[in-house]
Amino acid sequence: MSTTTIEQAPAVALPPTSTFFQRFCRNRTAMVSAIILAIIVLAAIFAPYIAPHDPAKSSLRAILKPPGAVYWLGSDDLGRDVASRLIFASRLSLVASVQAVAIALVIGLPLGLIAGYVGGWIDTIISRFNDALMSFPALILAVVIVGLMGPSLSNAMTAIGLVYAPRIMRVVRGSTLSVREEVYIRAARAMGCGDIRIIALHVLPNVMGPLVVQATVLMGQALLAEAGLSFLGLGAQPPLASWGAMLGTAFPYMQQSPVPTIASGVVISVTVLCFNLIGDGIRDSVGRMRRAGD
Amino acid sequence: MTTPCLRVENLNVMYDVGKRKLHAAKDVSFEIAPGETLGLVGESGSGKSTAGLALLRLIEPSSGKIMLGDTNVATAGRRELQLLRKRMQMVFQDPYSSLNPSMTIEQLLTEPLIVHADMAASDRRAAVGKMLESVGLHAGYAARYPHEFSGGQRQRIAIARSMMLHPDLVVLDEPVSALDVSTQSQILKLLKNVQAASGTAFLLVAHDLAVVRLMSPRVAVMYLGEIVETGPSARVYDEPAHPYTAALISAVPFPDPVRQRSANRIILGGDLPSPLNPPSGCRFRTRCPFAMDICARAAPPTVQVEGGGVAACHLHTEGPKLGGRSLNAFMRERNIGAMEVTT
Repeated sequence: MSTTTIEQAPAVALPPTSTFFQRFCRNRTAMVSAIILAIIVLAAIFAPYIAPHDPAKSSLRAILKPPGAVYWLGSDDLGRDVASRLIFASRLSLVASVQAVAIALVIGLPLGLIAGYVGGWIDTIISRFNDALMSFPALILAVVIVGLMGPSLSNAMTAIGLVYAPRIMRVVRGSTLSVREEVYIRAARAMGCGDIRIIALHVLPNVMGPLVVQATVLMGQALLAEAGLSFLGLGAQPPLASWGAMLGTAFPYMQQSPVPTIASGVVISVTVLCFNLIGDGIRDSVGRMRRAGD
Repeated sequence: MTTPCLRVENLNVMYDVGKRKLHAAKDVSFEIAPGETLGLVGESGSGKSTAGLALLRLIEPSSGKIMLGDTNVATAGRRELQLLRKRMQMVFQDPYSSLNPSMTIEQLLTEPLIVHADMAASDRRAAVGKMLESVGLHAGYAARYPHEFSGGQRQRIAIARSMMLHPDLVVLDEPVSALDVSTQSQILKLLKNVQAASGTAFLLVAHDLAVVRLMSPRVAVMYLGEIVETGPSARVYDEPAHPYTAALISAVPFPDPVRQRSANRIILGGDLPSPLNPPSGCRFRTRCPFAMDICARAAPPTVQVEGGGVAACHLHTEGPKLGGRSLNAFMRERNIGAMEVTT
């Protein structure tokens, strides 16, 4: 085909459009949450360099000490430094949440895409199965699975991941259903794209927004579930510490030494809050791109 | 005439609406020569878009032949259809929704090449740059996203995408109706230039008669899923032989008020009848100012019209027996001025 330039498009500068990242940075709440979470993650990564004491070393002379210069947040019933244990526990707690959400994504994302894109009886089967799983209380199902497979944090989080998979699946299916009707999907089909290409390159990027929001919120929930299971003794096993496990061991001594209980509780709450607020921030930033897009 | 680029024979499209069948396109037949533009006009709901989509098998036709060259698109299997898609493309009405917002212009334009052509990445990039320039956009825009462009620019991108594989046929589904009037003419000029350079045949589906007249030497007029009249644009516009065509053309205002008042005009009342329950006989009879008894009983015959083309109307064989003369001539003879039909 000839390359005669027909009529140069008006050389008007394109309107400045903000990127997703720029908009997210302008959202102060989400930004502060992201910074706090980044600090927590860094603390988890560099735990051995930051923690003032060995988290597993107990000292009989320092049982249930109040906070002070040596033990920043006091010591627990076995004379271990609470601050160091909290720092090390962040590793376990964060990894556990990531594991649960990753499992939920691996199962929920493909099923959601298939159910939403293919529709028909495949959708019906997946969705009914999904509804059945959704009707289970997450923690109870996790307790049952841990009861069957033996108490370990990994088992507990696998269970949580399985329970959360339907939530991912539901969000992905819903978004896929609406994206499937978009004209650009029809355009892709007219062009001769196969179904797999359409799902991977045309549907998936356009369901990412809601998916990321849901995954972030689930991170917070998984953290809470981990805390709950560990609190009950079904998650992290001694001598390992997770935040929930620490809350569980500190709780009986709350009368004598309230700080460890409060500290574990605050860390859990703050982290969960951060995840939720980041999720909200992402949701708002993604939404505005869509609106500004037209 | 040389072998047509596209020959459609008795194309039918049915939708299931509950337990009933909606006959969205009924026995639609037409031909498009290589490099030619055929305009397909009709009001909303006339089935013109359905017909366009069915040609590309984006809607499954229920029967009929769609011959692209010597291959029948309607019966092509998966593999064959994939090969055919390389030769026929589509430009959609709304450039805001027809471009995937998460892909860059380069990704959008290389996609047809990736799917159909075995090309090196650098060749693909070069082809994209070349094509962008030929639709009047800077090659440097390739890295940008659709939301950074205006409606007219997006439609240029959509046209560029449809032309990437140098197809034999492009179905243009209302390509300018979502754009500003000032942008419309630019896009239409672009389409003409692209066609002149590539020799691609266009099926232009539109409701805007002025657009169709400007773009296509031949038109087909659809009403309620059927083609009621076809012919050279000049003849169809000036001397329509079917009352519906005459009514459609009457609906376009003349810029000259004197001419506007003196014209033989047919003003239609009411809405399209439900396609779920179309009128018996001639589908247009419920709104036709010249409806006769026979119109309810029998489907109208297809008659050759003086000056080229065909029309499907009983007026040519019954009643006044126009025998292929235009409706205007008939109205002048009988001294019929403006007609208004209310239903």
